[in-house]
Amino acid sequence: MKPSRIPLVTTGIVLAFFYLPIAALVAKSFNSSRFSPEWKGFTLKWYERLFERDDILAALVNSLKVALIAASASMLLGTCAAFALHRYKSRLQDAHRMMVNVPLVLPDILMGMSLLLLFIAAGVSLSLATVTIAHITFCLSYVTLVVLARLQDFDPNIVEAARDLGATRLQAFVKITLPILFPGILAGGLLAFTLSIDDYVVTFFVKGPGSDTLPTLVYSMIKKSKELPVINALSTLMLLFTFLLVFASQRLTRPVNR
Amino acid sequence: MPGYLRFENVTRRFGSFTAVDRVSLEIEKGEVFSLLGPSGCGKTTLLRMAAGFDVPDEGRIFLDGVDITRLPPDQRPVNTVFQSYALFPHLSIRENIAFGPKLSKRSPAEIRSEVERMLELVDLTAHADKKPAQLSGGQKQRVAIARALVNKPKVLLLDEPLAALDLKLRQRLLVELDAIHDEVGITFIYVTHDQGEAMSISDRIAVMNKGVVEQIGKPAEIYEAPRTSFVAAFIGDTNFLDGKITSRIGERFSKCAIHGIGEIIIDNDKPTSPGDLVHLSLRPEKIIVSRNRPELRENENSVPGVIEDIIYFGSHTRLWVRCGGWRICAETQHRTYQLDDTPLNWGDTIHLRWHANDGYLLEQYREEDESLLTLPDET
Repeated sequence: MKPSRIPLVTTGIVLAFFYLPIAALVAKSFNSSRFSPEWKGFTLKWYERLFERDDILAALVNSLKVALIAASASMLLGTCAAFALHRYKSRLQDAHRMMVNVPLVLPDILMGMSLLLLFIAAGVSLSLATVTIAHITFCLSYVTLVVLARLQDFDPNIVEAARDLGATRLQAFVKITLPILFPGILAGGLLAFTLSIDDYVVTFFVKGPGSDTLPTLVYSMIKKSKELPVINALSTLMLLFTFLLVFASQRLTRPVNR
Repeated sequence: MPGYLRFENVTRRFGSFTAVDRVSLEIEKGEVFSLLGPSGCGKTTLLRMAAGFDVPDEGRIFLDGVDITRLPPDQRPVNTVFQSYALFPHLSIRENIAFGPKLSKRSPAEIRSEVERMLELVDLTAHADKKPAQLSGGQKQRVAIARALVNKPKVLLLDEPLAALDLKLRQRLLVELDAIHDEVGITFIYVTHDQGEAMSISDRIAVMNKGVVEQIGKPAEIYEAPRTSFVAAFIGDTNFLDGKITSRIGERFSKCAIHGIGEIIIDNDKPTSPGDLVHLSLRPEKIIVSRNRPELRENENSVPGVIEDIIYFGSHTRLWVRCGGWRICAETQHRTYQLDDTPLNWGDTIHLRWHANDGYLLEQYREEDESLLTLPDET
């Protein structure tokens, strides 16, 4: 029997659907024509222009700062939350579990609005710090769930075995629990990093003057269309970076070896 | 002399459930002692209290004269082999075994030679640098044993160590475990629900049920002279008969009327007198099956019956025989070539013969224990 072509065709359609726009963007970033879509020759000038723009570099630094702090903080807090959810079974923890899940489905616009209202009510002036706090808020849930999944296929006897062999509580945690969970924690951190670096909606609500991140800056640049090819170049670089991160996080979330 | 490891009136409750109920045990130095019972009987809870993972609500535990009841697990000179192996997945086999010695601040050279010796003992030197995930179930269990033994514990606790393995491997590891015990001479406490494992490896067995120790004894004592109907039914298979003593025959034997069967002769395994209601355990392999009415010697019984079920096992056959109101399981050993014989068939009338000595009077009887017997459904 001839093998069916259907899987091949559907795969082709899906990939085209996902990646044609991206391919167009990458192609355009090397196109020397500024406005027209037709190919006018290969160029790297948009990349050069990109690195001449201080506002973009400043926004990039802002984005990286926010993402790094948000990812680290949510790794720490998320791991603690996952431990609490895993270890204790009570009504309080049931509520905790639900409230950890809600931010995953909560519309960004709602989260942005509510954070803005909270900051105003508390009299906090908007700055990069408020952006960071907001990012931790939505990253936390993702890290918690990734670490929790790792904890759930973790044999509790392993910790007992370490204690049995003479390890104190702390030694068992440092030598056994943490190393086994670390790939999961790191994968959660990477996920948080990618979520933070491309967030627009929440950031838009809580950013203060001069605390533009890359996404908010890009949006304001789009309004001035002569900068469009520079944005393409920037997007291509971000794309490359994102691919690397996704690849790394997939390697880390492979199942625990038993 | 008090035992090496001693449980004194140990009780552990989980909410309203009493997992271990005033258990007292004395385990001698160097012996293989099994805790045997069905799941939920409290054997694992007892072991976890010996390891320090759990603390008794009442009672005390002594090891070598020292009260260890409230000592945390890392300060007890005991080590555990877990049913799930609980190997450290991120460490190599060698590092797994070296984990305990490294914490004990011994010199690196000493640790290295000890670990190599253990690898040799469990025959895993060739796999020392692999990760646990690369080993088979049997190999993992051997790593778990080496990892525990390398610390030279006073007592090695084994929690259903073979339960996750298949039958053939289980038998092989059981022999290996026995050899390891002979070599290191450490006291083993072996928790299992498998009576075959317990019988073959133990010096003594404590049979547990519902948080209580029903009987402690050597394997043969427990099998031949069960104190309760639970022990009789849980260890091996048996038939329960109840009847009433009618008269005595000398010191040792009595006559007993069994409803629907008639009078049989029983051994007075405990003091009885005419009029007593008694319960008798009769093991299937003690019964001799014949087609013709057998010649009875002194103090032998013979009961006719009709075959209702036959299960062929190769080395032996089990027959379920209807005798009056009773359904009695009998076993025939096949010591000769079978295909030349006329086989027994459903509906055949046969005779069951046994010596009064081969039955055993139970001290205690509980109706519910009859559900432990492996009887085919009534047809």
